[in-house]
Amino acid sequence: MHWEIDKNKPIAAQICEKVSTLIALGEYRAGEKIASVRETALAAGVNPNTVQRSFEELERQGIIYSVRGSGWFVANQTDIAKEVLDSRIIEKTAEYLEDMKALGLGFAAIKKIIEEWEE
Amino acid sequence: MSELIRLESLYKSYGKKPALFNVNLSLESGKIVGLLGPNGSGKTTLIKILNGLLTASSGTVLFEGEPIGVNSKSKIAYLPDNIYLNTWMTVRQIVSFFADFYADFRTELAYEMLYKLDISPDQKLKTLSKGNKEKVCLILTMSINAKLYVLDEPIAGVDPAARDYVISTIINNYNPDASVLISTHLIADIEQVLDEVIFIKNGSIVLHKSVDEVREENGVSVDEHFREVFKW
Repeated sequence: MHWEIDKNKPIAAQICEKVSTLIALGEYRAGEKIASVRETALAAGVNPNTVQRSFEELERQGIIYSVRGSGWFVANQTDIAKEVLDSRIIEKTAEYLEDMKALGLGFAAIKKIIEEWEE
Repeated sequence: MSELIRLESLYKSYGKKPALFNVNLSLESGKIVGLLGPNGSGKTTLIKILNGLLTASSGTVLFEGEPIGVNSKSKIAYLPDNIYLNTWMTVRQIVSFFADFYADFRTELAYEMLYKLDISPDQKLKTLSKGNKEKVCLILTMSINAKLYVLDEPIAGVDPAARDYVISTIINNYNPDASVLISTHLIADIEQVLDEVIFIKNGSIVLHKSVDEVREENGVSVDEHFREVFKW
């Protein structure tokens, strides 16, 4: 798994986002065990305490759960992770549209750019 | 999580020159803490006081609630910013020297880390490159079974690839009962493994916060924030 950490933003939030996205995309399946805190910390090159905090936050959101002594698992329902992903997609799209509007483009022009972008 | 270190109104001066000015600090166990400051800001003085190598001019220094002494010295592993080992010794000899000196030195762990870095135990220290000597020193320090690891500039002399190794060594050896205090000015290389940062300027602590708080409040990396705080 490739980790890209942006040092300008809180790291815990980035780890939450990444794990949640992997679950929403089905890379991690419902009920499956995910990489441990230490493995994730080593892979991402970040502090284990930060990863621990992220996992606890994801648990609070109902996206993963912990089993004492055996690690962290994807919840049986992955719809929360999917909802998180959906709202991120909407957020990013809105951001993009705002930026394009600020550059003086109307909706039709934006659509045209996206279509031409395809190949 | 318990308090490992407590400093209260700590002052230190070298003759008339003040080096530390009213330092108050509390460090908990289970944290990786960056001690960041420009050259001559008092980082090494502070570290040497924690190790009992210097005594404060006034103020309180407590380790697990007790003054610095025999107990604290066996529980604090210190990596100085210069190489202090006898260079005529082989790596193997130094490992057994450390095993002799520290009651619960983790010899196997030391050899494991040496092997991973491709450093032969039968090499004499003086035949190693500067970077490899530094790695040996770090491995020895991290193999001590300590409560507090104090690393003074652990990454200054090693190449960027080895820096990643140094960082993963620190993460790998992380244990919730112990803390790691890392002094450096190479912040960008190390900030993602930190829990907390301490900024020290002209002998005073100007900031002590969790790194994610710094990023959240300022919207920039710790490195970037450091450049703002220490702008001149």
